Amino acid sequence: MSPKIFRRRLDIRNGRIDLSHGSGGRAMTQLIADIFHDALDNEWLRKGNDQAAFEVSGGRMVLSTDGYVISPLFFPGGDIGSLAVHGTINDVAMAGARPLYLSASFIIEEGFALAHLKRIADSMGAAARAAGVLVIAGDTKVVERGKADGVFISTTGIGIVPLGLELSAEKARPGDRVILSGTIGDHGVAVMSKRQNLTFETAIVSDSAPLHGLVAAVVDACGPALRVMRDPTRGGLAATLNELAQQSRVGFRIDEEALPVKPEVAAACELLGLDPLYVANEGKLVAVVAADAANAVLAAMRADPLGSEAAIIGEVVADDQRLVQATTAFGGGRIVDWLSGEQLPRIC
Amino acid sequence: MKYVDEYRDGRLARSLAAAIARAVDPSADYHFMEFCGGHTHAISRYGLEDVLPTNVRMIHGPGCPVCVLPVGRLDAALRLAGRPEVTLCTYGDLMRVPASHGMTLLRAKAAGADIRIVYSTLDAVRIAEAEPDREVVFFAIGFETTAPPTALAIRLAAAKRLTNFAVFCNHVLTPPAIQNILESPDVRALGRVRVDGFIGPAHVSTVIGTEPYAFFAEEFEKPVVVAGFEPLDVMQAILMLIAQVNEGRHEVENQYVRAVRRDGNSKAKADVAEIFELRKSFEWRGLGVVPYSGLRLKEAYAAYDAERRFGIAYVPAADNPACECGAILRGVKKPTECKLFGTACTPDTPMGSCMVSAEGACAAHWTYGRFRDRQRRAP
Amino acid sequence: MRLGRVDFGGVVKEVNLAFLPEADIGDFVVVHVGYALAKIDPEEARRTLALLAEAGAAAEAAS
Repeated sequence: MSPKIFRRRLDIRNGRIDLSHGSGGRAMTQLIADIFHDALDNEWLRKGNDQAAFEVSGGRMVLSTDGYVISPLFFPGGDIGSLAVHGTINDVAMAGARPLYLSASFIIEEGFALAHLKRIADSMGAAARAAGVLVIAGDTKVVERGKADGVFISTTGIGIVPLGLELSAEKARPGDRVILSGTIGDHGVAVMSKRQNLTFETAIVSDSAPLHGLVAAVVDACGPALRVMRDPTRGGLAATLNELAQQSRVGFRIDEEALPVKPEVAAACELLGLDPLYVANEGKLVAVVAADAANAVLAAMRADPLGSEAAIIGEVVADDQRLVQATTAFGGGRIVDWLSGEQLPRIC
Repeated sequence: MKYVDEYRDGRLARSLAAAIARAVDPSADYHFMEFCGGHTHAISRYGLEDVLPTNVRMIHGPGCPVCVLPVGRLDAALRLAGRPEVTLCTYGDLMRVPASHGMTLLRAKAAGADIRIVYSTLDAVRIAEAEPDREVVFFAIGFETTAPPTALAIRLAAAKRLTNFAVFCNHVLTPPAIQNILESPDVRALGRVRVDGFIGPAHVSTVIGTEPYAFFAEEFEKPVVVAGFEPLDVMQAILMLIAQVNEGRHEVENQYVRAVRRDGNSKAKADVAEIFELRKSFEWRGLGVVPYSGLRLKEAYAAYDAERRFGIAYVPAADNPACECGAILRGVKKPTECKLFGTACTPDTPMGSCMVSAEGACAAHWTYGRFRDRQRRAP
Repeated sequence: MRLGRVDFGGVVKEVNLAFLPEADIGDFVVVHVGYALAKIDPEEARRTLALLAEAGAAAEAAS
C-alpha cells in the first residue's frame, strides 16, 4: 500500500494508464508502489534502489533474457505475467541451472486498464513465489496509444549452475536418445483458441510452468551423460530439433507415433491446418542424453508431475545435411523442416 | 477424431500396401495424377511414396488454388491494395506468394498497405460493416469449395445494402482444368506426361458431385476415383485405380462415399449459380488460358465486383523465367527438375507459387520428401 | 443464417450451415473454411472401413 505522499489512491478498478504514469513523477512512483511492489514484494524492491545487489555462492552464473509480446494477454492456463516468469526461468534452467533472481521491464500502452496491469503483476508475483524465484529489479515505461499492444514485458534471469556441468547445443552425438518431457502443442493451441476470428471452445490450457525442478531431477539422474536440454517454445519441437541439428552437426530421427499429443490438441491442429510439431510449448523440455542413460532420465522425468507423460521420441543420427526426419505411422519417412513464415490456418 | 483417425491407422496401411503390391502387374507402370493439393499434402505428409510399389508413380496435379493463381492477378490485387481507400482482405495462404518484381502481399502490408488476413468470407463483410469509410475488398481464390462462401458473403452484403464491400474474384473450376491437362500437347501429342487415371478431389466433389467426371472417363478413357483426404482413402483409391487399369475399365468410382453424393451439394451449387457466371477464359499459372474455367460476378451483382468497380484491367505478367512451376503444375516436370528448387527457391524464399502453399508440389517435396533425393543419388 | 456448434474431437467451433440446411444435431459433417459442405453417412463410412480391412486381410492371408 502506498505511503501517505499520494493524495489519492490509485483507482485500480476503473483507472487507466496515462502518460503521467511513465513521466518519472509522483504518479509513476505510486503506480510502482501500488501495483508492482505490492505484487512482487521482497527486501530489494522495498529498498527502492536503482539496482539490486546480492551475494552468490559457488558455481558458474547463467544469464538469460526474453521479451514477451503475447496476444491475447490472458489465455487459458496463464497470462503474460506468469509467462514472463516461467519463460525466463526455463531458459536459465535449461543450462542445468538453479534460477535465483529475475528483473522485469514493462512497456505499457497509454490507456491500458490498471485492473489488467494489477492482474498481470499479481500473476507474476504468484508465479515467482511458487517457483522460489524473486523479482528484484524492474522498470516501467509508458508509450502513446497505438505504439504498443497493451503491455510488453521483458524479463532477465540469473541462476547458478554447479561446476562441472556444461550442457551445450553442440554436444549431441549420433546414438544419443531424445527425450521429451510431455505433450506438445498445448500452449500454442490454448492461446490460438482465444485469438480474434479464430475462437473455438476447448478445455486445453497452456502448459506454462517453471521447469527447474524437473531439470534438477534430470541432472541428478543423468550426470555427465546429459548433453543438452532445451525448451521447445516458439516454432515448437520442430524448431528446437532443427537448431540442435545445426549446432551439433548431426541429424535426428524421431518416431511420430511416440510423440505425446493430447487428442484435443491434435483435433485443434486438424481444424486449423497446423502441425503440433510446430506449435509452441511453455512447460516442456527436450533432453538429449547418451543412450545408456535414457531409461534413467525417462524414469526421473516421469516421477515429476511436470514430466509424467515423458517419452523417448527418437535418436541422434549422423547426417551431413543435418536433417530432422520422422518415421510416420505408416512406416513412411518424412522431413520435419523448419517452420517457414508464420503458421497460418490453411484454406484448401 | 471420429471418421478421421480410422483412416490413418498405420497397421491397416501396411496391409493395404501389401494388397497394392499384390495387385500391380510387375511388368507394367502406373501413372496416376492426384488433381488436388489436399491429396498431394496427404501423400507427402504420410510418406506414402515409401509404401507404394516402385512402378506406381503419383503425379501432382494443379489443384492448389494458390499455385495456379497467375502473377498478373496477384499484381492486380497488389494494385488494389495500393489504393489508400482500400482494405484488402485475404486468406493467409496468399500473403507470401511472389508477384512481379519480388513483391508480396506481406511486403506490401509492411510498407503500409491495409491488408488483413481473414479466416472466413464473413469476416470481410463484418469489417466492411464496422468500417464504413474503408473500401473493403475480399481477395477471393479457390475452387468449387470456396466459391459458395464467397457467394454467400456477396448475398449478405447485398442484403445489408453495404456499398463499401467488393470481391476480387479469382475462383476457378476443377473439370475444365482436368480437361485442359488431358487435351494438352504434353499428354496427347508429345506424350511427355502419361496419366493412366485420376484421383478426384475430396472436398470439391462434396460440392460438385461425381457426375462431372463422367465425361473424362468416357471421352478420354481415363478412370477417375474420387477419394477422401485421409491417407488410407488415398491408398484405397490407388488400389481401385490399379484394378480399373488392370481390367481395362475407365469408370468414375467413388471411394469417398461417406461424404460425396452423385449430385454433390445442390444448395451450394445454387448459391454459386445465383451470383456467378462463367468467364469465357481465365489464365492459370502452368496451364495458361483455359476456356470457361473461371467465375466472375453476374451483371446484377456488378456493384460488388472489384474488377468493375475499380476498373482493374488484367495485365498478364511473366513468371520468373527459370521457375518451372508451370511444367510442374502440368505434371511435365518434377520439383527436383527445376534449377531453382532447393537453391534459390525454398519455402523461406519462394520464387514460384508451388513453393508457397503447403499443398504445392515443390513445398510438399521440400518440406517432407527431399531426403529421398539423396537416397536415389546414393550408390 | 443458420450456425451450428461442431465438435472436432473435443474442440468446439461455430460452423456455418448455410449450405447444409438438413444438418441436424448429432450429425457428422465435412467442414471447409468454416462452412459445412456435406454430411457423413455413417453406414457408408462403416462399409468403406470394412472394405479397407478386407483388402488388407486378403493381402496378409496371401503373404
